[in-house]
Amino acid sequence: MSLEPIAFGALSVVLVGSALAVVLTKNLFHSVLWLALTLTGTAGIFLTLDAEFLAAIQLLLYAGGVVTIAVFAIVVTERLVGDRITQTSRQLTNGFVIAAAVLVGVLSFVLRAPQSGPRPPIADDLTRAIGESVLTRFVLPFELLGLLFLAALLGAIYFARPDD
Amino acid sequence: MPTSMPLQAYLVLAAVLFAIGLFGVVTRRNTIGILLGIELMLNSVNINLVAFARFAGDTAGLVFTVFTISITVAEVALGLALVILIFRVRRTAVADHLDLLQG
Repeated sequence: MSLEPIAFGALSVVLVGSALAVVLTKNLFHSVLWLALTLTGTAGIFLTLDAEFLAAIQLLLYAGGVVTIAVFAIVVTERLVGDRITQTSRQLTNGFVIAAAVLVGVLSFVLRAPQSGPRPPIADDLTRAIGESVLTRFVLPFELLGLLFLAALLGAIYFARPDD
Repeated sequence: MPTSMPLQAYLVLAAVLFAIGLFGVVTRRNTIGILLGIELMLNSVNINLVAFARFAGDTAGLVFTVFTISITVAEVALGLALVILIFRVRRTAVADHLDLLQG
């Protein structure tokens, strides 16, 4: 456990730096690559919280799936427009003010809250515990998730249909 | 140096990431850029969920993180499909130019 503060500090620097790069780079493609770094760093944060299963899911679905889809979208739109997409930002002051206001609001709550106690010991096999509660306590949300995916799949097929 | 980080450290990190994502959503003009900002915000919320679950010693938070990650992936896939569809019709991905519904 003594390595955890060092890992947390290093991951925080990587996360904040890459997140800033995501919203500030001009090149949209570079933005997506920085986002991949942010999502991978988040998997590292999950590891410091003893959630290995979630770190694996994060890497597979987010860093693998989302980044691939985003790269696809950029490549397709660039092909359609015929040259490289550069993106400009607007209303930098407004964005900064809104983001800073939200940050100050959240932080004032977080820092005023009483200090948390020590971490309770975890179950021997957290993945097993997750699996068991998915299929017992949370079986209804799990089924609804399946329904949502069916709807998303149908929607994606509908959007991707060839022109009549 | 503490032997393990307190809950507040994780919450502060998540709040900073959320604010950065919000900044991206407000300032980006390209719709794909806006979606990337939304990704950052959803991602920071997952950090919160996992941290609370770990400090409360309850697996419910972990289960719901699995749910939010899955739903986010479905949302991004559909969002980007919409962007491509709009692009095929309007030839632009800049949010300011998508003003068909403006009265």
